[in-house]
Amino acid sequence: MNKEYTCIICPNGCEIEAQIAGTTVLSIEGASCTRGRLYVEQELIDPQRNIATSVFVKNENIPLVSVRLTHTIPKNRIFDVMNEIKKITLTAPIVINQVVIKNVLGLNSDVIATKHVCV
Amino acid sequence: MAIINKDVVIIGGGPAGLAAAVQLRKKGIQDIVIIEREKQLGGILRQCIHDGFGLTRFETTLSGPEYSQRFIDLVEEMNIKYITDATVIDLTPEKKVVIVSKKGLLEYQAKAVILTMGCRERTRGAISIPGTRPAGVYNAGVAQSYINLHNTMVGREVIILGSGDIGMIMARRMTLEGARVKAVFEVLPYPSGLPRNIQQCLEDYDIPLYVSHTITKIKGHSRVEGITVSQVDENMKPIPGTEKEYDCDTLILSVGLIPENELSLACGVELDDRTKGAIVDENYQTTVDGVFAAGNVLQVHDVVDFVSLEAEALADSVAEYIKAGTLMYCKINIITDTHISHTIPQKISGEKDLKICMRVKKPFKNCKIDVLQNNIVIKTVTMKKAIPAEMIQIKIKKTDLKSSDIIKVVVA
Repeated sequence: MNKEYTCIICPNGCEIEAQIAGTTVLSIEGASCTRGRLYVEQELIDPQRNIATSVFVKNENIPLVSVRLTHTIPKNRIFDVMNEIKKITLTAPIVINQVVIKNVLGLNSDVIATKHVCV
Repeated sequence: MAIINKDVVIIGGGPAGLAAAVQLRKKGIQDIVIIEREKQLGGILRQCIHDGFGLTRFETTLSGPEYSQRFIDLVEEMNIKYITDATVIDLTPEKKVVIVSKKGLLEYQAKAVILTMGCRERTRGAISIPGTRPAGVYNAGVAQSYINLHNTMVGREVIILGSGDIGMIMARRMTLEGARVKAVFEVLPYPSGLPRNIQQCLEDYDIPLYVSHTITKIKGHSRVEGITVSQVDENMKPIPGTEKEYDCDTLILSVGLIPENELSLACGVELDDRTKGAIVDENYQTTVDGVFAAGNVLQVHDVVDFVSLEAEALADSVAEYIKAGTLMYCKINIITDTHISHTIPQKISGEKDLKICMRVKKPFKNCKIDVLQNNIVIKTVTMKKAIPAEMIQIKIKKTDLKSSDIIKVVVA
């Protein structure tokens, strides 16, 4: 079966055409680097995504601190992870890359702050 | 009012201004100051909390705030002076910079001025959508600021007009925050944003994108209640009979960015009608001696890494200008055919290696971009695909140039 993909690994966004049998990539065309094939293989077995959102800060003028995941998570767990992140309220000071939730939902990815919030 | 002398005044502390400041210091220019309008440095990246920044510049994927923090840390470490909460109210061709700040009115006399003011969003007024004027119509970047910085959700039932990158990124962001994004409409026959954003911001969340469609009516009184959408023909005119109604409480516009050049105009910088930014030479020097421009104030970029790289190249030239008092005269113009929207720079000396940035006006597959001098191809780049959403960069070596004749860039 032939399938088309847009690689999301970098801003090039290569348009990839892959010939697929089940979860095996038989051939691939259009990827300008080796990460294209890995992306397609991952999409076939378990699509992975990163998400970015924000968390409440209770004691500062800035109401939110932005957060992201250290590693990608299965695409179908995005909203589960969003619900976990929504439960959190932080107290300033917060430093960039501070771990907000360790190993969120056992998915081997940490939620980390992506900015400093000073007191 | 005492006049403060400075080697370089940088107007704008976003990614371009920060990268320029750090690179200037690396080149030995000590006496510099960054003027920033907001309370903090970082520019638009402060609200771009999604990841995907830094792959070219740092070979890792970062969020916007992390990307800018890397430069802010260097600015702090190098003790580069900056003033926040400060607005430049005048810039003269003699490079006098007048600033309103918390310390009152300040006047700088600079040897060189760097313009890194970024860009603004095109608004509803600029694209003339008919209908009522209710609340609930936001520019994508405004919605991004409300949600990511001010903890204010803009709406629940959302329609997006324009397939620019910020609009698509906000489609995903609002979906994560519980909104229902019903559709994205694009007047052009192809998307204006990057393909990866169509995948990871729209298709991942089953948000449909309709090209060759536009909004022909906004309905509602105190708040948006709905819109009418029509298909458009090849001249982008709505086709009667194709109208469809959508209910929504929010309309997000992602319909283009315009370089913010009020100050550039004040000091007499000549703008390019095509980019809406300054005309610059290979040194990023504008038509006013000692005034330089880089980043989104010069040309709207799609990837911030290239903004940093452009500002660093600018800083190299500014350092040379400060040390030598002048730069090589650039008399060779670069022109394009009708398939290419513009080039940066617009003129070169012919004495240096350089990089030409450009965009195609419509998508091409398996095309060649030729750089010509006197009808002779001096450089050619083969591309599997060329799309307007992606800036194309072509490196030209000094030795590639055959003469001091005009340079033409064409899609072959």
